[in-house]
Amino acid sequence: MIEVKDVHFTYPTGVKALREICLAVQDGEFVAIMGQNGAGKTTLVKHFNGLLKPTEGEVFIDGVNTRNLSIANLSRKVGFVFQNADYQLFCETVEEEIAFALRNFGFDEKTIKKRVTWALNLLDLMQYRKTSPFMLSGGERKRVALASILAWDPEVIILDEPTIGQDYHQKERLRQFIVQLNTQGKTVIMVTHDIEFVADCSPRVILMSQGKIVAEGVAEEILTNVNLLAQASILPPQITQIFLNLKDLGLPSKVINVHEGKKILLNFLGAPA
Amino acid sequence: MSVFEGLRFRRVSSPIHKLDPRVKFVYVCTAFVVAVMFNELIPLLILFFIQIPFILTARVQREWIRSMKGASLLALIIFVTNLVSRYLYTGHVWSVPLVEYSLGMTFRFIVLVESFSIFFLTTSPDHLSLALEQSHVPYELCFAFTTAVRFVPVLAEEAQTIMDAQRARGLELDRGNFIKRVKNYIPILIPLIVNSIRRSLQLAEAMESRAWGASKKRTNLYILKLRGGDFGIILFSLLTLSIAIYAKRYILIPSIFAFLPI
Amino acid sequence: MAIIETKNLTYTYPGGTTPSISDISLTIKKGEFITLTGPSGCGKTTLCRCFNGLIPHFYSGKLEGDLVVKDLRVIDHSISNLARHVGLVFQNPENQLFALSVEKDVAFGLENVGMPREEIRKRVDWALQMTGIENLRERAPHELSGGQQQRVAIASVLAMQPDVMVLDEPTSFLDPLGAEKIFDVINELNKKLDITVILVEHRLDLASKYTDHVIVMDKGKVLFDGGPREIFASEEVRMTGVGIPKAVMLYQALKDEGIHLKEVPITSKEATQLIREIIIHDRS
Repeated sequence: MIEVKDVHFTYPTGVKALREICLAVQDGEFVAIMGQNGAGKTTLVKHFNGLLKPTEGEVFIDGVNTRNLSIANLSRKVGFVFQNADYQLFCETVEEEIAFALRNFGFDEKTIKKRVTWALNLLDLMQYRKTSPFMLSGGERKRVALASILAWDPEVIILDEPTIGQDYHQKERLRQFIVQLNTQGKTVIMVTHDIEFVADCSPRVILMSQGKIVAEGVAEEILTNVNLLAQASILPPQITQIFLNLKDLGLPSKVINVHEGKKILLNFLGAPA
Repeated sequence: MSVFEGLRFRRVSSPIHKLDPRVKFVYVCTAFVVAVMFNELIPLLILFFIQIPFILTARVQREWIRSMKGASLLALIIFVTNLVSRYLYTGHVWSVPLVEYSLGMTFRFIVLVESFSIFFLTTSPDHLSLALEQSHVPYELCFAFTTAVRFVPVLAEEAQTIMDAQRARGLELDRGNFIKRVKNYIPILIPLIVNSIRRSLQLAEAMESRAWGASKKRTNLYILKLRGGDFGIILFSLLTLSIAIYAKRYILIPSIFAFLPI
Repeated sequence: MAIIETKNLTYTYPGGTTPSISDISLTIKKGEFITLTGPSGCGKTTLCRCFNGLIPHFYSGKLEGDLVVKDLRVIDHSISNLARHVGLVFQNPENQLFALSVEKDVAFGLENVGMPREEIRKRVDWALQMTGIENLRERAPHELSGGQQQRVAIASVLAMQPDVMVLDEPTSFLDPLGAEKIFDVINELNKKLDITVILVEHRLDLASKYTDHVIVMDKGKVLFDGGPREIFASEEVRMTGVGIPKAVMLYQALKDEGIHLKEVPITSKEATQLIREIIIHDRS
């Protein structure tokens, strides 16, 4: 469980990135942190694995204050997948890349082998086992990066802007993968400004703006609240926009995905006027 | 990353910032020549103090003090080595001139640092490159220079992100003995280098797409022209140089202790 | 009037065994707003590189077929010559700005072609104004947000007054607000200055309201070439994994259930209108 208690964070340059953040993420939750670039989303999640320590306030991971633990120690529990895979790939083979963190965490060779194989299979990378990560396509490199984090089986997985530069198929695969991780009991926290992706995933949404949390709640509530979204300069998903515009006809407006939209319209049209 | 912070030129508007970089360079050279001409403490002190108004006019005192602090260790070393070597050389006698001489040598160094830091603190890399261009340095070199300056902050930020990414994978930079610690930096250096290569390719592509090398006669949005203040500085530099030459030839420079009651 | 015409264009990167684009035959008319889309690795970027001669002059490799841009055969003209007619804006805003101030960056191309200083000054001011960044002229690129950087990149291409502007996923690093501003700027350039726009984009939900001609690529080939309505409605296009706007998906889902909207909606506004009509019709 992650608890953030009244956290403020100011960068050494004097930029106030977080103000009065209070937040709790339960085990097994699926959370999306949304907001514009510069809203403080990434700064906030960097507190979860200790990359940043609060200027004021505390962050607790399973009851332990992050000030008292090293980044390596916290990372065992909280895996952080960075936005750009190219900022972490450096090994000669995909296999080595995945084993890197496991070596750092002191797993024995036998376990490392087992975990690497498991992660390769999980992300469908077996055929690239001996390939250099630099030879792979952008989408494949992203998967290697993801595998290299999942390999040590952290309880919490943070994904920073996972959909940037991804096409529709890749996004859909990613979505299914994330949902699967979450159903297996992992806590998933993703930082994103991709509203359609969030609408498809339907997680708990935390909305940030100018270093503050402006709202939180289930996706159906937050993503359909135009005033709240406007505070974070986000437009509602396309389906929501349609249904908000049809409110005067007596249609429900808290709709975020196509399937639900279709069902409502079918009912409405089938019903006697 | 404070090293990189120091390299960042801050845009301040002041009469000194507006001076032509070439003129400022002439001034720096003058200060350099004069400082080397004298061993005595008094002229070097004068040279030190007449530069202070420039720093104040340019409003870069805080940055200047920082750069002087950076030079202070080296200044101390210069002082001590001069003192000790003179002491050994002149027959193991401690004397006032001995101390004065060493102080003089130290101040020579300080004056050099002072004038160079005025130059760099008040000259934007843009202007510097323009000055180089107008002094007929090949454009490719000037371009390489500004691009390098342009990407310093980008690179610093990238290095920080890479470090974060690897630490999130359990890399502990300050663990192990010296060799291990150096090795710890490999996972940071490789992505940094690979990304820099990728970046340079993208940059080359963007340059080509914007008509790089289209014409032999490249023009420039800006042009440097000497103005009133620039002539003032040239005059000031010439005057300083003449006085220094005159003083060197015809005046016996007294010891500073002639003026101090000891 | 065709401004770009390709005939059986096929290109293989040096060292490559299979062509990255093959047999591309397209006609792009002056003043069109084209959206070029397709899954990752489909050859969109490669095709863009052909338009201003980066392929074959910068990349070398093997180019076959014919490509004429503004009556110039690309193969016969240098990139710097083509740069006056075709401007290219890249995906990563950071890696296409080289100068230490916005103004200087916008002037870069004009300086390269040796334009007189007074003319450069005029063009720079104009380009900054058209992209709405006059207030940033003295700023250094690293002081700008990604969206602002991308507008600087557009301004610096615009300053060359090109006939065609090619933008390769210019918004993929930007947040929705930044992206929208970029789309607005591009749209204005297209409508007001009649610049032909070729926009490479995944996010069709944001781009489709501006576009009048969509080209879908897959595996190095052109799969579809036509108006957005017919293309989004096509089953095959959906199968390639192009990100169809949600409004179109709703249209499809309703169609599968036997409810036919009058036409394919591209924006949420259109969808609202069409659904409203059908509900009101149903009630009467």
